[in-house]
Amino acid sequence: MSKQLTDELTAINFLLAGVGGQGTILASDILAGVGLRMGYDVKKSEVHGMAQRGGSVTSQVRWADRVYSPLIGLGEADFFLAFEKLEALRHIEMLRPGGTVLVNDYAIPPLSVSSGNDVYPDKERIERILSTVTTRYYWVPAIALAESLGNARVNNVVLLGALSHFLPHVPLEAWLESVRERVPQRFTDLNEHAFLIGREKMAGNG
Amino acid sequence: MKRFLSGNEAVAWGAWESGVRVAAAYPGTPSTEILETLAPMPDVYAEWSPNEKVALDVAIGAAYAGSRAMAVMKHVGLNVAADSFFYASMTGLEAGLVIVNADDPFMHSSQNEQDNRRYAKFARVPCLEPTDSQEAHDLVGVALDISEQFDTPVMLRLTTRISHSSSLVELQGTRPPPRQEKPSYRIDTTKYVMVPGNARRRHPVIEERIAKLAEFAETFPYNRMELRDRALGIVSNGVAYQYAREVFPEASLLKLGMTYPVPAKTLRDFASQVQRLIVIEELDPFLEEEIRLLGIPVEGKSIFPICGELDQQVVRECAIKAGLLPPSARIPVVQPDKGQLPPRPPILCPGCPHRGTLYVAKKLGLVVNGDIGCYTLAFQPPLGALHTCGCMGASIGVAHGVAKAGVAQHNVAVLGDSTFFHTGMPALLNVAYNRSNTVTIILDNRTTAMTGHQQHPGTGRTLQGQETVQVEFEALARAMGIQRIHTVDAYDLKAVETALKDCLDADEPAVVIARRECALMPEARQRWMPLQVNDERCNGCGLCFQVGCPAIVKSSEVDAKTGRPKARIDPLLCTGCEVCAQVCARRAILFRHQLAQDKEQQE
Repeated sequence: MSKQLTDELTAINFLLAGVGGQGTILASDILAGVGLRMGYDVKKSEVHGMAQRGGSVTSQVRWADRVYSPLIGLGEADFFLAFEKLEALRHIEMLRPGGTVLVNDYAIPPLSVSSGNDVYPDKERIERILSTVTTRYYWVPAIALAESLGNARVNNVVLLGALSHFLPHVPLEAWLESVRERVPQRFTDLNEHAFLIGREKMAGNG
Repeated sequence: MKRFLSGNEAVAWGAWESGVRVAAAYPGTPSTEILETLAPMPDVYAEWSPNEKVALDVAIGAAYAGSRAMAVMKHVGLNVAADSFFYASMTGLEAGLVIVNADDPFMHSSQNEQDNRRYAKFARVPCLEPTDSQEAHDLVGVALDISEQFDTPVMLRLTTRISHSSSLVELQGTRPPPRQEKPSYRIDTTKYVMVPGNARRRHPVIEERIAKLAEFAETFPYNRMELRDRALGIVSNGVAYQYAREVFPEASLLKLGMTYPVPAKTLRDFASQVQRLIVIEELDPFLEEEIRLLGIPVEGKSIFPICGELDQQVVRECAIKAGLLPPSARIPVVQPDKGQLPPRPPILCPGCPHRGTLYVAKKLGLVVNGDIGCYTLAFQPPLGALHTCGCMGASIGVAHGVAKAGVAQHNVAVLGDSTFFHTGMPALLNVAYNRSNTVTIILDNRTTAMTGHQQHPGTGRTLQGQETVQVEFEALARAMGIQRIHTVDAYDLKAVETALKDCLDADEPAVVIARRECALMPEARQRWMPLQVNDERCNGCGLCFQVGCPAIVKSSEVDAKTGRPKARIDPLLCTGCEVCAQVCARRAILFRHQLAQDKEQQE
């Protein structure tokens, strides 16, 4: 079944990875909401508790006619949304070879780096490693775009907007409705703008 | 109505719809959201109890009183509540009692990965296990029905991936109407007073009960046989069923929704219809052993691991190795050579009030007997300030033992406010009573932080938002007979150090309350203000990096004299706690008031 799940056009596995506190859970909630609006069976899995405290975190969302496992196995992610550059490297083998990875152009150095015991990988090394798995990797300046809206914290929704460019079968309204459903009302406009600015950025690159 | 719910949310809905009147819990990942979801619902009483044992007693009391009740805990919480779990099995109840127990395979947020189905068997309590959110919802009501039909508590066992995965759930959306009058309490001392004479009469009753439940399991609709290709038969439970379904779409499956007691006839029937019988289950070979006890040849842990979580990847790889699947079943993967990536373990947040206190403890060269909470994370470098952590409330007893044994260094107990109320209190009483010079540091961040900010007896509010007493640590310690008590601002390193030194020099029990609210609380967030490094003063000495704050990073700018990178503060992460500013010997990190002055001057 898993074979068909990834091969069928309709079945899509999303992996979201970042650092605890970056908003991966909100983004995966929105993504699950979009899948449900499209009539998919959806499962979502995420990490709570200790790992959320600044550690490496992942969320997974699966859309299909019928989803069994709530998790994505190695090589099964069709889309990989990396909220931080090092986390893109850490989980890249989760991507289906040739799948699409969007990387937030943003570094949060782990303590071992800021205390001088480790070196943060440079962009060239990141690109070299990503490109062994797929040619479809894209940098998203989500922090800069979010800052242009006055709030860097909405970079998670900017990334979702960028992702939406690669899912042409999903109507824009399904995304916006799902965003509106999940963010506090006073931030609705900000988040809609964040979504659209990310979407347009990718369309421009495309 | 259909809702997209996590397993935990689904359990809360199931409890509400099936008429649970009283629910009690202590927060613990992965179970916490169950009571948080239930608490705002109408006509239900829900509380955070100080610990799981109290929570279970509360639920048992409600069930004795004729109301449906639920106790919720993580797996290790049942260790704390085990005494109550066993007597509740012995006495039975007047109304349904479900104990929701969330195991944590892979220990995402736990100190061990014990398999609590063992407890179910140990105490002769039936155990139900859902495979998704829908079943998590449905099985709460089923558990309560079984509880009432068989006069037994029922365990509903979740695991992290059931608790924290979401899927669609069909809800009823209604609940039985509330009772008009209070029922009379039914007195039955032979059933409910577990003195030896009564207990001896009860033991055969619960043995008979579990035999009847085994019979019931044969027709239990959540035990489901799915016959497909007969070459392979798989017995599975919980989330492992989903992995089995995905990896072996053609195989025959026996899904067990009740994993204790197991249905012997059904298992024999299933085994006789398939050529090779295997069990896919997480953690212990529990079902495997039960099946083997029936004399049925079966494989399980010889193929799949005991340790850690399963997923379709692990199941598929193990199956290929065991010859259950051809190598062509493998999903293509590219695993690039990444070299060594810097690890990113969980850490204390920027602005965490524990950081300063533990920094001082390290500076003073103390042996720190720690406990369960965010502060446990201070064991890691560069802070490296915590040296033991076993279970909730262990710190003070362990520190007392170290003190009584006697070591060259000074040692202290460190635990959080909620952990102190949980199981720290009797241990502090012991320190006072048996007179050791143990210094107990209570890191009072005004909340249960690690699990996501739950109320506790020190916060002045209940789970359901009622104002209540606010227990004072100072008064409590004094009442226990401890005279040397200091309360300090956890952000004030000098005050922490002075208080600690005073206590360490004294030859008597002492308590230091390091108070400062968690930096992630909404009130604290409002005061966030990123600090800045004065580039001219910073010479890259690196002292501030020893504080272990993720907001302090190495600048690309190098000091001309020392050749070392200067410090930079990430304005997105810094909260302005000023701990690093106090540590900096060159006053290169500007305090809040300095930044405010600079701003004024600029204007």
